[in-house]
Amino acid sequence: MSDMYRDLILEHHRYPHNYGTLDPYDVSQEEHNPLCGDRIRLDLRIADGKIAAVAFSGKGCAVSQAAASMLTDELIGMELDAARAYSKDDVLELIGLPLDKNPVRLKCALLSLKAMKVGLYRYLGQQLDTDELD
Amino acid sequence: MHTPPFDITAVRRDFPILQLPIERPVAFLDSASSSQKPEAVIAAQAAFYRTTNANVHRGVYQLSEQATYEFERARGRVAHFINANSAREVIFTRNTTEAINLVAQSWGGSNLHPGDVILLSQMEHHSNIVPWQLLAQRTGASLRAIPIDSAGRLVLDDLDTLLQGVKLVAITHQSNVLGTINPVQYLATKAHAVGALILVDGAQSVPHMPTDVQALGIDFLAFSGHKMLAPTGVGVLWGRKALLDAMPPFLGGGSMIKTVTIEVSTYADVPARFEAGTPMIGEAIALGHAIDYLEAIGMANVAAYEESLGHYLLDQLAEVAGVTVYGPPIGPDRAAMASFTVDCAHPHDVAQVLDSEGVAVRAGHHCTQPLHAALDIPSTARASCYLYNTTQDIDRLVAGLRKVTILFA
Repeated sequence: MSDMYRDLILEHHRYPHNYGTLDPYDVSQEEHNPLCGDRIRLDLRIADGKIAAVAFSGKGCAVSQAAASMLTDELIGMELDAARAYSKDDVLELIGLPLDKNPVRLKCALLSLKAMKVGLYRYLGQQLDTDELD
Repeated sequence: MHTPPFDITAVRRDFPILQLPIERPVAFLDSASSSQKPEAVIAAQAAFYRTTNANVHRGVYQLSEQATYEFERARGRVAHFINANSAREVIFTRNTTEAINLVAQSWGGSNLHPGDVILLSQMEHHSNIVPWQLLAQRTGASLRAIPIDSAGRLVLDDLDTLLQGVKLVAITHQSNVLGTINPVQYLATKAHAVGALILVDGAQSVPHMPTDVQALGIDFLAFSGHKMLAPTGVGVLWGRKALLDAMPPFLGGGSMIKTVTIEVSTYADVPARFEAGTPMIGEAIALGHAIDYLEAIGMANVAAYEESLGHYLLDQLAEVAGVTVYGPPIGPDRAAMASFTVDCAHPHDVAQVLDSEGVAVRAGHHCTQPLHAALDIPSTARASCYLYNTTQDIDRLVAGLRKVTILFA
């Protein structure tokens, strides 16, 4: 079977961590993938320069859902500077999938990262160069 | 499954890619996106560059004359293939999309006014929606869509009302998602009765069934070479000569002019008026050879074989628990393709697992977001057949789907 669906990915897909929405929130950002119509909403609560709480919702493939689940686990308690610097390569290492030669699925894996970074940059009043996520 | 009306084993041997990889050849079920190419087409394009390459309509030397002859022969082959009145009604474009944009900008730009309506349908490909939106924004015209029913057929009960104020009907002959084959001849009659024209998106129909533009009674037909065994980069706009003659240029440049001064130009007759710049010479010549290949088999035979494949495809998919297929049941208005969802898995994951089993299908919205919105699903997986597919390809699809349901259960 495809390496894409290791047990860890399937486990996060079946039982996603931090699934839902936050109320109240400091950041809420929805991103969609125009290639397949998938949407992810990511909410953050921020306190003392750190991410205090995080939740995601939306529908998508196993790769996008598992990546969001693992990413949200990572983000809890993270300094904003570290979250701002969190990169595509960090996500790929986190989920353990070699997607460098699979541009379509790469977009699935990075959807939640994009939501987090677009939302966080807006919260900080900064401009994100979305090219770094392509 | 009836015996194919042609030698399917010989046909498969004509397609080099279907032999690869040797240890487990691909079950290619994505021809609705782009077809594979037979050796005869690949060789014809290569032969052009090896033996005949020169620009067309320019040189007085032998190579250029021969290239021009081959290029114009291809135009004639296209005209014959769709029963056009004349090869002058055949314009080479990059693809279906460019052909539709040509009509929208040239005919639409000079014939539509505020209050005019362009009638589409809910099942159109983005290429038959967005060009009309751009035109509507420019002219003050508006768009209206024929709805679809739960089986994926056009709802035509209120067609007379829908046609009020309509100047152009732009409709697909065959849906690239539902496989629905629309009653284009009827729609042409109804459109003409209110003084409207009809453009048909033939991207999915022309490769798979006999096409007779005169019998259909339509005004414009757009289709792509790459979905009918030819290379990418060549498509066709066919239009009735009187309409094309009255249309202003689309793109400006070389080839499309008679005389040019710094201030003003006069334009060439059709089809040259709509073919600015050096065209896709090798690709168009290869399209002519693709048509030779299809006509040697016979489009009626292609259609009959695909009908039996479609039957088998829908029957087999109905046997897999958790699979929902969209579009009409098998019949005369249903093509050999199936867009479907699997209860437990996202279409991307379905396609990925199928890929690991050597089965190529497409997953996504297939450039039909309004249709998927009407079906209330974000995306589907799609398996589509062509003349080189076999029941074994469909068996491998079904076996792959059973693995999907086990993995994601």
